[in-house]
Amino acid sequence: MHSFLGVLFDGIAYGMLLFLVSVGLSVTLGMMNFINLAHGVFAMAGGYLLVTLTGKAGIGFLAALPIVFVGTAAFSFVVERLLYRPLYRAPHLKQVLLTVGIIFVAVAAATYGWGPQQQPVVVPEAFSGQVPVFGLELSRYRLLLIGVGLAVALALVFGLERTRFGARIRASVDRQSTAEALGIHVGRVFQLTLAIGCGLAGLGGALGVNVLGLDPYFPLKTLVYFLLVVVVGGAGSVPGTLLAALLLGVADTAGKYYLPEAGAFIIYAAMVLLLLLFPSGLLGRRRLA
Amino acid sequence: MRKTTLGAALALALAFASPAARAAGDTIKVGILAEMSGTFADFGQQITNGARAYMKQHGDTVAGKKIELIIKDTTGPAPDVAKRLAQELVVKDEVDFIAGFGLTPNALAVASIATEAKKPTIVMNAATSVITAKSPYIVRTSFTLAQVTQPMAQWAYQSGVRKVYTVVADYGPGHDAEGTFKKTFTALGGQVVGEARVPLKNPEFSPFVQKVKDARPEAVFVFVPAGELAVGFMKAYRERELAKAGIKLLSTGDVTEDGVIDALGDNAIGVISTHQYSMAHESPENKAFLAAYAQVAPQQRPNFMAVGGYDGMAAVYEVVRKLGGKVDGDQAMGVLKGLKIASPRGPIQIDADTRDIVQNVYVREIKKVGGKLYNVEFDHFPAVKDPGK
Repeated sequence: MHSFLGVLFDGIAYGMLLFLVSVGLSVTLGMMNFINLAHGVFAMAGGYLLVTLTGKAGIGFLAALPIVFVGTAAFSFVVERLLYRPLYRAPHLKQVLLTVGIIFVAVAAATYGWGPQQQPVVVPEAFSGQVPVFGLELSRYRLLLIGVGLAVALALVFGLERTRFGARIRASVDRQSTAEALGIHVGRVFQLTLAIGCGLAGLGGALGVNVLGLDPYFPLKTLVYFLLVVVVGGAGSVPGTLLAALLLGVADTAGKYYLPEAGAFIIYAAMVLLLLLFPSGLLGRRRLA
Repeated sequence: MRKTTLGAALALALAFASPAARAAGDTIKVGILAEMSGTFADFGQQITNGARAYMKQHGDTVAGKKIELIIKDTTGPAPDVAKRLAQELVVKDEVDFIAGFGLTPNALAVASIATEAKKPTIVMNAATSVITAKSPYIVRTSFTLAQVTQPMAQWAYQSGVRKVYTVVADYGPGHDAEGTFKKTFTALGGQVVGEARVPLKNPEFSPFVQKVKDARPEAVFVFVPAGELAVGFMKAYRERELAKAGIKLLSTGDVTEDGVIDALGDNAIGVISTHQYSMAHESPENKAFLAAYAQVAPQQRPNFMAVGGYDGMAAVYEVVRKLGGKVDGDQAMGVLKGLKIASPRGPIQIDADTRDIVQNVYVREIKKVGGKLYNVEFDHFPAVKDPGK
């Protein structure tokens, strides 16, 4: 029982990390209907930004996180303007080709800039080691992951459902021409949405360095996990993505703990099972058309 | 140094005197198959930089011949690619040596070509025991996992550890390490209380490490390949506070190698490992190596793979020198068998029977020296042969 609770906690924390890095993809994929396979590039950009800020520039870990969010979001503005915008209405195949190309360019750029080796990250004392809670030894860093994950989930749900900007996104997605007729600048809405999604990816990537590691192949290695979470959760649904990330995180962790021989494959088995049960994702699509 | 220059000059004169040597062309080509791109790009860079460092230090002419490197990218663990590139090297480029190999599958794939073409083939890193047995034309200048694992098991027992949990990566070298550790440690009277094999593609380590902690051994023995997995394991070890729970971390030097040691951070201080090379090894040969390497790749810390590449080139130079610039497959093997080299890691020798390397294996502890982390050697096992043979 004791070890089970520990595994559950680790799984939830891992799930929160998956949620943080994936939720931006869920937004672009599900809401903007844009196949952004280069999502991991933004997560990697966040990781390298964090490593550079905390390592070379000497900025504190926590202080660096908001800079990473803003920096990655700003980076996505440029990419959106130059590369994504012309292809919003293009067939999905073209979007896939473009974004896969971006991944390879990013891998080469990161290798050139930082070299092929793993990057070091220094986590402050306050977030390293374990803390006893009700007789369980909980990792401090994982508590941080859960905290940030919950905060982001709440902010997103609230932002999408309750704010004017959220209403504009939903309107732009569901009935683009009507939204434009009502005076909503759809292009700008999408640009901002993408920026938020990529900013979150950057934040997730930065928080993930301490667990997943960081090298130039990050976007390729993690792509399958992002897609898993988004597909299982139902693209475009924030609660769905959260639920899927948590389920997969717990399944992966528990699998490795209790069945180490099957270890890393449990997550795929869980995916197959969940997709058989919920073919359109746990919480469906919120897109109408 | 003066002696080698003199020798080279003499050989040079001899080479000019011999018309046969000149007719065979005036370059010696060394084809290097290494992982220059992909997730293992680090391996290829270290190996080729090590080889270049040797050439930087010793000049690129031996016995009147210009030494030329032809580097081909195997892209990762890709035996079919390695095999095709090896064929190209032999047929199209007409190389005199095949060398490189960061990874075991690539080396195994080339064994048949080495035999067929009678090309001396120098394994500069790949570390499963079986490789040299696959062709009479293969020698190794790196190490085998069994070779560095056996001393770890012996040292662990000598230092009073009796219960160990083993964690290895689930592929050839990992199985070698697991088997050797268990065999040696239990033969001495120790006990392996649990074993885990972790997948090679594995971003999340903590469940495995938690399992180790719950089993309460006195130490955990780890082998995973250098790089991502090593960093991942160390982070989980630190996060789960295994050291505080009294569980020592024992590993092969792959986990704590010089190239990743910065990424491990202060987490790694105190970790004990056994391996053949550390940047902190004190010898004039190592000083010269580090200086040459810094000229080739100033941004990078050289690791054991760089030394494998460096010593591999030393072997090539020795063969060319001894054969007066006329390299023939069988004669080259004759020179390589039993060859002794004063390596940056200490004296090494190619075993004449197995064509595998015999070398000192050092016991090291990670310490901070002058603000940087190093594997500081404090004990060693002299002239260790590969126990996997």
